[in-house]
Amino acid sequence: MDTGRDRGGDARRERWVDEAAGPLVRPYALTRGRTRARGGALDLVTILRATGARLPDGARLASEQRRLLALCARPCTVADLASDVALPLGVVQVLIGDLLDQGLVEVARRAPTDRLDPAILRKIRDELRAL
Amino acid sequence: MTNSARSDGAAPAAYKILVAGGFGVGKTTLVGSVSEIRPLSTEEDLSEAGAAVDDLRAIEAKRRTTVAMDFGRITLGGGVVLYLFGTPGQERFWFMWEQLARGAVGAVVLVDTRRLTASFASIDYFEQRSAPFVIAVNQFEDAASYTEDEIRVALDLDPHVPVVLCDARRPDSARTVLVALIDHALRVGESV
Repeated sequence: MDTGRDRGGDARRERWVDEAAGPLVRPYALTRGRTRARGGALDLVTILRATGARLPDGARLASEQRRLLALCARPCTVADLASDVALPLGVVQVLIGDLLDQGLVEVARRAPTDRLDPAILRKIRDELRAL
Repeated sequence: MTNSARSDGAAPAAYKILVAGGFGVGKTTLVGSVSEIRPLSTEEDLSEAGAAVDDLRAIEAKRRTTVAMDFGRITLGGGVVLYLFGTPGQERFWFMWEQLARGAVGAVVLVDTRRLTASFASIDYFEQRSAPFVIAVNQFEDAASYTEDEIRVALDLDPHVPVVLCDARRPDSARTVLVALIDHALRVGESV
């Protein structure tokens, strides 16, 4: 699905690094200019893990995606992943979206989207007090 | 599940608390004193925040900016991990709060009594969304001390919003603020 990824190789990245674009734009070369993940941004505390599935024949991953995949050997939140690879959150959300699409990672635990259950709140409070 | 995650046990449950407040009120200090603080940044399109932008080539590079977040992690017992997120409180950063606030426990609005106005935007944000929040007054040494009631009046707070005096540098004090927030979230939940 991703035949465009390697087109131009490093030259493709360098295209972005000029005075007008500035260094801020560079990370988005990794996402081929996409700034939003398909299907909405992953929550910062959604937990992901590697599925152990093999990379489809002929598909290649960027080195940053290989790092993300390696980190997902253990369950890991989106926020921790972004911090570990030292890339902007928006970039990491797009890259993880690709790994999800390819079946290489899966959502191990979805982040809560609604008001939290009182039992959960009490548990968090009691654990905090016990620290 | 048949992968290596099993050896690490089940995935923990992760929850969010937001730390809001103006520039220099001590957000980084609070997050750092109570949790293991980690670097995290995001790059956002300030002028078209929230718009469905799929292709960067359509955007002027100048409109993008890096927003550094205060991000901390507290590993609790029972497979629970609490994440603290602090981002700037000004209105132009509210788009950041949208994805942070969804499903969160609630928010701590950190206040410096020498610059109360810096916290107004954060208070407005959580009031408008009916999200549980507490006011944590960071007690700076060179600031005059005010009573809870004086602060409540100055900030025009609803009577049910808790005001907690704290020293953001002290882990036990920061933890007390988080506990006060959760207690408040429980009360808000009961009254809905």
